[in-house]
Amino acid sequence: MKTTDNSGDVRLSGISKTYGSFTAVHPLDLTVPQGSFFALLGASGCGKTTTLRMIAGLEEPSSGTVRLGDQDVTALPPYKRPVNTVFQSYALFPHLDVFENVAFGLRRRGIKSVKKQVEDMLELVQLGEQARKKPHQLSGGQQQRVAVARALINHPQVLLLDEPLGALDLKLRRQMQLELKRIQTEVGITFVHVTHDQEEAMTMADTVAVMNAGRVEQLGAPTDLYENPQTTFVANFLGTSNLIEAEVGTRSGDDIVLEAGGGKLVLPAARCSAPTTAGGRLLVGVRPEKISLTHADDAGEIPEGRNRVTGRIADASFIGVSTQYVIDSPVCPELDVYVQNIERDSRLVPGAEVVLHWNPAHTFGLDAAQDIDAGLEEEAA
Amino acid sequence: MPFVNWLKRNLVVIAGLLTLAYLLLPNVVVTVFSFNKPNGRFNYQWQQFSTDAWTDPCGVADLCGSLGLSLQLAVWATLGATLLGTMIAFALVRYRFRARGVVNSLIFLPMAMPEVVMAASLLTLFLNMGARLGFWTILIAHIMFCLSFVVTAVKARVMSMDPRLEQAAQDLYAGPAQTFLRVTLPIAAPGIAAGALLAFALSFDDFIITNFNAGSTVTFPMFVWGSAQRGTPVQINVIGTAMFLVAVLLVLASMVLGNRRGRRKA
Repeated sequence: MKTTDNSGDVRLSGISKTYGSFTAVHPLDLTVPQGSFFALLGASGCGKTTTLRMIAGLEEPSSGTVRLGDQDVTALPPYKRPVNTVFQSYALFPHLDVFENVAFGLRRRGIKSVKKQVEDMLELVQLGEQARKKPHQLSGGQQQRVAVARALINHPQVLLLDEPLGALDLKLRRQMQLELKRIQTEVGITFVHVTHDQEEAMTMADTVAVMNAGRVEQLGAPTDLYENPQTTFVANFLGTSNLIEAEVGTRSGDDIVLEAGGGKLVLPAARCSAPTTAGGRLLVGVRPEKISLTHADDAGEIPEGRNRVTGRIADASFIGVSTQYVIDSPVCPELDVYVQNIERDSRLVPGAEVVLHWNPAHTFGLDAAQDIDAGLEEEAA
Repeated sequence: MPFVNWLKRNLVVIAGLLTLAYLLLPNVVVTVFSFNKPNGRFNYQWQQFSTDAWTDPCGVADLCGSLGLSLQLAVWATLGATLLGTMIAFALVRYRFRARGVVNSLIFLPMAMPEVVMAASLLTLFLNMGARLGFWTILIAHIMFCLSFVVTAVKARVMSMDPRLEQAAQDLYAGPAQTFLRVTLPIAAPGIAAGALLAFALSFDDFIITNFNAGSTVTFPMFVWGSAQRGTPVQINVIGTAMFLVAVLLVLASMVLGNRRGRRKA
């Protein structure tokens, strides 16, 4: 849906928000290109909703400018901005029926013949039958679709979504994620989506900005963020990461050889976001599903050139498609390993001595000066 | 023990009916005695059935005049108190200002203070200001004590209102005036209506404060009190019954309207 038209670009320059002595959003530069599905991901209180509300005009920035396309809208009140919002818990007007809720924006702009447009829009979100019902007579999923229809009917340049799926149960949420993605592709409007659900952000968005404590930690495509996190916060908040403290040894070609718990680990230099001086410290990361598990007796069968770590199984939980192991290892007290249940080795039970090994290409390096547990407590949200 | 079981099953209904009877019995007495034809001036004993009073409700001197005055006062007091009270309620809920806490408690003072005390102090105030007692002093007093009730009713409603609704309206191109008229006011309306009804009833009913500040003006409650010293005309029961019927009819009408609207929407 990318076009040369840039009327739907959102450009935030140096935008910040402070409440008294509390800084909700630190000065932030962000460009969301026309037609993209952009997600602001972070735990509650990280400033993502404040950022969204500054785009909508519901919050006045303490500094910086908001531009839509070529227009500076910083000083415009919300009712003069060509953006619409799908609010958290929808904020449908309880005294108006579904039809009038959807027609609200059109009527306020003085459009007289709204019937056809509203009916078409209700058809798009499959609510044609419910037009005369009041919002409280609808299910959560239906209310959510009314909220989307009420915003989209105005053909905004940008649609803002503030945790729109937060109130739905898991199954409905998955369904609505796909539905929203479909609608976005169909109408080609720029979507800016705020969520604390990492899976939601990764499923729907082209670009995800991970926010933490009022700052953007990292911005990129979902796969890029997941495979190559640049901070411990991103590594821990998006999925699970095993982070091992290591010392930088020698460099061989494009790889860095590191020393951890007496063993050697290889890290591609391109996948390291921290400075690497010999003797310095690094955090070596690897995702649990990239690791293979081999019983210590079969250690000889492991191919050469893989990163290896020894350990003992501390815990194993079978969850159907995979088994999740917690490994107690000299390099790290708790390493997570997810093994697909293709061929199950009956010797892999708690107490067994094992060798963990993985392709060095899946290793990433982070600055050891950071909090190794950043983003862990928020992950459950 | 079939009787005990029956009692257990229907206890809630019986309690409900008894409470209802307790509430309605006085009204029944008023209604029955509006058809009485008393011997002498006092309408306290049943003599014989008659529709005399119903066919000539204004037959007693000054009765309908005082009734008209009371209705007029109630209407103006309701309008004044509802308008001011609604604005106060919005200010108290929506804005953070220095004296907010103080105002919040001061608003409740007229409800808490004994009416007699308030009536006397109001009279002192009016006399010191050199105000002529009459319609206007009564109206000012009524608006004053109705205010707290309106504020309480509207405040409860405004507090339970999701501020995001107004933000949503603004987001959908409604300016401040449109947002207020199309979203805020309709949603706050039940609270405002409750406050207004309460104000009307309180103002129409009020005797103590009115009696202190009326001068030579006579409202309906003052007329009833005054005539009770010398004898109670049946017409008072007629007016009472008629007002009760009007209230019941209004409630029924609103229920029927509400039902029909609900059915049409569904």
